[in-house]
Amino acid sequence: MEETITIEKICMLAGKIMLVSGAETNRVEDTMNRIASSLGVKNPQSYATPTGINFSVDVAATTNSLRILKRSTDLHKIAEVNDVSRKLTAGSIPIHEAFRQLKAIERENSEYPAWVQIIAAALVSGCFTIMFGGTWEDFLPALIAGALGFTGMLTFERVVEIRFLAEFFGAFLIGASAYLFVSMGFGNALNMVIIGAVMPLVPGLHITNAIRDLMSGHLVSGLSKGVEAMLTAFAIGAGVAIIYAFV
Amino acid sequence: MVITQLITSFIAASGFGILFNAPRNSLIQCGLVGMFGWILYYFLVERGMDVVPATIFAAILVALLSHICSRYYKMPIIIFNVSGIIPLVPGGIAYNAMRHFVENDYYTAIQLSTQVILLAGGIAIGLMFSEVVNQVVRKVGRLRG
Repeated sequence: MEETITIEKICMLAGKIMLVSGAETNRVEDTMNRIASSLGVKNPQSYATPTGINFSVDVAATTNSLRILKRSTDLHKIAEVNDVSRKLTAGSIPIHEAFRQLKAIERENSEYPAWVQIIAAALVSGCFTIMFGGTWEDFLPALIAGALGFTGMLTFERVVEIRFLAEFFGAFLIGASAYLFVSMGFGNALNMVIIGAVMPLVPGLHITNAIRDLMSGHLVSGLSKGVEAMLTAFAIGAGVAIIYAFV
Repeated sequence: MVITQLITSFIAASGFGILFNAPRNSLIQCGLVGMFGWILYYFLVERGMDVVPATIFAAILVALLSHICSRYYKMPIIIFNVSGIIPLVPGGIAYNAMRHFVENDYYTAIQLSTQVILLAGGIAIGLMFSEVVNQVVRKVGRLRG
């Protein structure tokens, strides 16, 4: 009995970290099942959606469930959980050691400090302006607007719990600063500056992940991720459109 | 012109790697995967191919390169996939579509949204295709072995 509880705990913990870090539901379920099978469970049942996990060791056994409220993208943690699960499946570490490592991964901070991410967002913004056919005159304004928008989103996210509002606010900052820059003669194509600068906020990954989930038969996750992506895109579009409405 | 595209797409893909908290030792690979995918897309579109098939081919290339990287560096494929696919993702069009919705220009907005769905579907098909090929290769290998 003691061991069964541990198997469930370790599977739930691994699944939770992966889901919170933005792994596809397919991968989450696969990892949980693999860990369970390697610990001798014959028929593990796992069901993951973006907002929660269900897991039981057998069809009629007690089911454990876990609610997930906050999600972000943290590939570093996915890689580490994958590593632990691989070691556990290979039998090179015992179960309590794996559990301890997973706990440590859960507590870890993100791989990069906020200022590095802001610089990255700025560079991404500038580069996308060029990739989408903007001129070099638009590079610097996009870079600065992108950095401002991303910083605004990060700070606002700490104050307000609702993510869409933070994205709305970030997009609003981008629109306002881009408009100011262009009207001052710093950069010439407003549209190009904005499109580059909003790229770090745009939910491109969620759209693609949603369709991938739908295609692999994870209908619930696919639909909910798609809706999340739509809402984010709407928040960004609306944040920028306020600027267009006033000029 | 091509060199500019190479450099900017490399920086964009590895920059997104940082935004997604990819492991430090995978950033350069992420950038390279993104760069090759974008350059293939760029060439195909320059040669007059439609954006949707061009995206599918580029996504297939990204997925193949990611597979190679994940095998070689023993990391989950999602790390390379996600950052590498970013230049192809229709984020800009998605934003544009929403902007037109908010501005009451529904006609353009629907057109753009349809394009977003098609492009996202194209990316998904490209990624799935290489996964399927990978599975088939593995299964055939097992049958023979």
